[in-house]
Amino acid sequence: MSVDQATVRRIAHLARIRLGDGDLARMGEELNAILGFVEQLNEVDVAGVEPMVSVIPMPLALREDAVTDGGDPDRVLANAPSSEDGFFLVPKVVE
Amino acid sequence: MTDLTDLTLADARDGLRARRFSATELAQSHLARIEAARALNAFVLETPDRALAAAAASDARIASGDARPLEGVPLGVKDLFCTQGVRTTACSRILDGFVPPYESTVTSQLWRDGAVMLGKLNNDEFAMGSSNETSCFGPVVSPWRRRGSNVHAGGESGAVEGQHLVPGGSSGGSAAAVAARLCLGATATDTGGSIRQPAAFTGTVGIKPTYGRCSRWGIVAFASSLDQAGPIARTVRDCAILLGSMAGHDPKDSTSADLSVPDFEAAVARGVKGLTIGIPKEYRLPGMPAEIETLWKRGQEMMRDAGARIVDVSLPHTKYALPAYYIVAPAEASSNLARYDGVRYGLRVPGRDITGLYEATRAEGFGREVQRRVMIGTYVLSAGYYDAYYVRAQKIRTLIKRDFEEVYAAGVDAILTPATPSAAFAIGEKGSADPVEMYLNDIFTVTVNMAGLPGIAVPAGLDAQGLPLGLQLIGRPFDEETLFAAAEVIERAAGRTALPEAWWA
Repeated sequence: MSVDQATVRRIAHLARIRLGDGDLARMGEELNAILGFVEQLNEVDVAGVEPMVSVIPMPLALREDAVTDGGDPDRVLANAPSSEDGFFLVPKVVE
Repeated sequence: MTDLTDLTLADARDGLRARRFSATELAQSHLARIEAARALNAFVLETPDRALAAAAASDARIASGDARPLEGVPLGVKDLFCTQGVRTTACSRILDGFVPPYESTVTSQLWRDGAVMLGKLNNDEFAMGSSNETSCFGPVVSPWRRRGSNVHAGGESGAVEGQHLVPGGSSGGSAAAVAARLCLGATATDTGGSIRQPAAFTGTVGIKPTYGRCSRWGIVAFASSLDQAGPIARTVRDCAILLGSMAGHDPKDSTSADLSVPDFEAAVARGVKGLTIGIPKEYRLPGMPAEIETLWKRGQEMMRDAGARIVDVSLPHTKYALPAYYIVAPAEASSNLARYDGVRYGLRVPGRDITGLYEATRAEGFGREVQRRVMIGTYVLSAGYYDAYYVRAQKIRTLIKRDFEEVYAAGVDAILTPATPSAAFAIGEKGSADPVEMYLNDIFTVTVNMAGLPGIAVPAGLDAQGLPLGLQLIGRPFDEETLFAAAEVIERAAGRTALPEAWWA
């Protein structure tokens, strides 16, 4: 399977990475090299095989449903590129 | 007195306790060496003030007879581990200026045990790479040179023979710093081979423990079902000592195993008498250099001479591990890296609207290799392709793990393989035209991550160019002890690798 330029553009948008036209072409070639490499997986008979969900089987730990952390907006916001009054600032998202 | 930076971690620890030198002297010796080795680009941030303050505190503890297990031992920390109040970037522009308000569990346990942080170490951006060339801080130069090469740190005159070599990756800064004696040991992480391949390239020892042995909390995530932390050090014993502090259950990581941590250091001297060591025929690749084949045979002889039984085994799905990895790892990475959006931390590049801000930030913040992997991951998880790629790869992962389970069920205690398909290569030599060329470096190590098993790389000899080559031992789940015992046999039989002279200083 190989990807065309329109598909690369669509994936780039889904991945939220802006690519210029030159980058799109180059990226397409690189993605096709990788997709060509993984094509050999189609040789394997996987009928009746369960997909892996946990590499080391272990029961998921449960804990009491209680607040154990939080209430620390200053530390949460300490690395924000832009913040005000305890909130992250972003460009306007609603009209 | 010998140079304190030439000591092993175990000898330094014992020397500190016997008060043959102070933690302050030990830290100062290493800080001086780090300063003289800036041309290697192993450290991306030096923390000398913090190191000297911690060393002074260690000296006080030692004086009062209150020394902890790693008291005064100077270490480097891969820049993937969050360190409270100390810049952590994963060597990506997108985390430019990020100062974590918390400490990773693994590093907090090292400081709990008295270790001293010298600084943060270079790595491939988000640990994606096998040569340390994708770091936003630039490549790390290996302290190793090919025989006859006089390539130097720059600024000298005369004809230069040869090129700078890569230290491997992604934990290239960790491996180079340990090999160049800039620290006694270092933290590292391994998603497809990122501890074992750089260890093999630099004549150092590195172990990726069983998935779940070390907490992943506070480590910048790449592929969460594959990532594990582990140490790189100059001897098997030193790795065992460090892993003893790094490992252990952590309620903050739901995949960390609720098991007690064995005395890894005690396991080092166990030997391999009576053990069964498997040799998987699928690791004999067409076109593999004769030197790798010879090294592997020699490893088998070392095991046999020490009383182990050598048996041929088969891991039939080995060849599918690397292609399946290049679906699973990018898929998880595309999901993990969705958090870097220019809103909560790190780089922000303004855009017309919120989507424009995301797209501009991620275009400028992520390097090429990271963009490539996020794109592949996005594609294989996208509607219509999920079953064909991701679900199929996870089924193949089940088969890869089953191969190992059958071999272990038949009585094999550990598996011996080469660590890498070649010795170190030059900076700029691989992967520029076809990314898959670089990916093939991990062909012997990636199976271990796919199956969640522990694996150790130990130096076993030099190639014809005078560069180190390593062997890998793969163990049963949570049986790192057997790996330390078997790796020690190889270290003893092969003799410890003589590290390069400081041509860079």
